[in-house]
Amino acid sequence: MLSMEKYQELRTFAHRIRGETLRELGSLGFGHIGGCMSIVEVLAVLYGAVMQVDAADPEWSDRDRLVLSKGHAGPALYAALALRGFFPLEMLQTLNQGGTRLPSHADRCLTPGVDMTTGSLGQGLSAAVGMAWGLRLDGSPSFVYTILGDGECQEGQIWEAVLFAGNAGLGNLIVFIDHNQQQLDGWVQDINPLGELRQKWENFGWHAQDVDGHDTAAIYEAVLSAQAAKGSSSVIVLHTVKGKGCSFAEGETMNHHMRFTQEQMEQALADWEKEGETLL
Amino acid sequence: MMRDVYLGCLTERMEEDPRVLVLGADLMHSDGTATLQDIFPRRVVNVGVQEAHMVSMAAGLAAVGKIPLAHTFACFHARRSLDQAYISAAYARLPVKLIGTDPGITAAFNGATHMPLEDMGIMRSVPEMIVVEPTDPELLRSLLPQIIYASQPVYMRLYRKEVPAVHPVGTEAVLGRGIVLRDGSDASILASGLMVAEALAAAHALRQQGLQVRVVDMFTLKPLDRRLVYQCAVETGAIVTAENHSVINGLGAAVAETLADLMPVPLERVGVQDRFGEVGSPDFLMQRFHMTAGDIVGAVRRVLGRKRRLT
Ligand SMILES: Cc1ncc(C[n+]2csc(CCOP(=O)(O)OP(=O)(O)O)c2C)c(N)n1
Repeated sequence: MLSMEKYQELRTFAHRIRGETLRELGSLGFGHIGGCMSIVEVLAVLYGAVMQVDAADPEWSDRDRLVLSKGHAGPALYAALALRGFFPLEMLQTLNQGGTRLPSHADRCLTPGVDMTTGSLGQGLSAAVGMAWGLRLDGSPSFVYTILGDGECQEGQIWEAVLFAGNAGLGNLIVFIDHNQQQLDGWVQDINPLGELRQKWENFGWHAQDVDGHDTAAIYEAVLSAQAAKGSSSVIVLHTVKGKGCSFAEGETMNHHMRFTQEQMEQALADWEKEGETLL
Repeated sequence: MMRDVYLGCLTERMEEDPRVLVLGADLMHSDGTATLQDIFPRRVVNVGVQEAHMVSMAAGLAAVGKIPLAHTFACFHARRSLDQAYISAAYARLPVKLIGTDPGITAAFNGATHMPLEDMGIMRSVPEMIVVEPTDPELLRSLLPQIIYASQPVYMRLYRKEVPAVHPVGTEAVLGRGIVLRDGSDASILASGLMVAEALAAAHALRQQGLQVRVVDMFTLKPLDRRLVYQCAVETGAIVTAENHSVINGLGAAVAETLADLMPVPLERVGVQDRFGEVGSPDFLMQRFHMTAGDIVGAVRRVLGRKRRLT
């Protein structure tokens, strides 16, 4: 169980990731705001309580890995990494600038702390399976985490990996699905529905759980339970809201990649600050 | 906006011909085909994020007499669903139409993973495949019916945004034929896509320096207008190619092959020099990859130096 202090700390960390991500995207005036906002809590749990990583030694061989398979949410990951000390917070303002180390899609060759290059949806899960399998061969204690989009789960490659890893029983692999119900063109339900995700993965032989993806304590508990399932690959379906906590994005249908005005961003940051007061 | 011209022409075709179908893979608000869903609800489908499935399914539709246009970013057509395009469409002789948006550096802020600098070259190596990049609204308007009704599979690059108009209103372009936009006898610039406007700017600058440079729009990469390449080689004796693409296997390579076959003359190739894309604004990337009018001017000067040494 998470102590009250730790719980408070994770909520605060999530809040800070959200704020830094808003400011980071705010510097550009456009970006993948929706899918960044929905993974803030899982990033807070991973980098605030779960993952063994060393900001001073990003390449440490026994570290836990994260593959951000929905690579377009790079800006949220960068905010978490900066807050964990992998690079200075000011660097967030270089997002997408020519020559930057922070491109819109996650890139292991450019950013300290990023473990895999993604952006072409569907590939990250397979790469995570490869990492988990390879680390298991070495008897490594490391875990491999990966975050998928639900729209991304329409890719055939996802289901190839699900079949393979279900059979391989990779106890060191923990997959999150950001089930925010939306994709680029709108609602998953209207485009090509996925059905019951947890059930589907269970049928492929996975240890599978459903969790409120904005509840850090619940996510933390689910990770512990996934870690305990030693003989199986694990999936945690995060029920989330696309654009969560960004006032001009949350609740909008077309909130995947947005252009916004400075006023909208200022308002969003003011709302974010007010939200912060409820944490105290 | 090229996108609006495309949608306008496509709507006309769809109204006239019920066989024309539109497929998209969760980028229909990006390429604008989402607007067609309301007009033709039964003939426009968003398959979701699954390009490979979309392309083979398009082949199946073509096998029963439909004319499917499959849309995704250019990078995904060339990389993600290449086997499907190769086998289900090209090898099976099913005339699927592949529309790839955000070509080359226009992928801009989406960065390297989304920046196709090899798509034309990859598609060019697929037998049967017609490979084309309409340069501006006039060309797109004139070429789209030819593309839709081509009896072979087609890969078409499509810019979404505003592009400079380089062809006069009423231009009747023919798939497979280049268009001479500006005549000259000192050298020829054979350009495609974004680079046609840069080539015209370069020719203009060179004119100030007393040089007469021909500019040709080579919008069809395959079949390449070899007769026109030959003519430029014979009449101007020096050639520069300019493309929003890798110089490997793209326009520069295709022209080099033709010159080697028919009429070797000095050649300089402006384009991306065997490297990955990067994130940044289109202007930044044009500079970074040495694709500006100024870079073309430099290439023309170099090629003229080589031509002089030969004579
Ligand atoms: C192979 C591939 N096809 C298409 C895209 C373009 N694209 C980027 S994000 C996205 C929608 C993804 O939806 P989802 O996975 O649900 O992400 P989220 O809603 O969480 O942001 C699409 C189609 C891509 N990046 N990769």
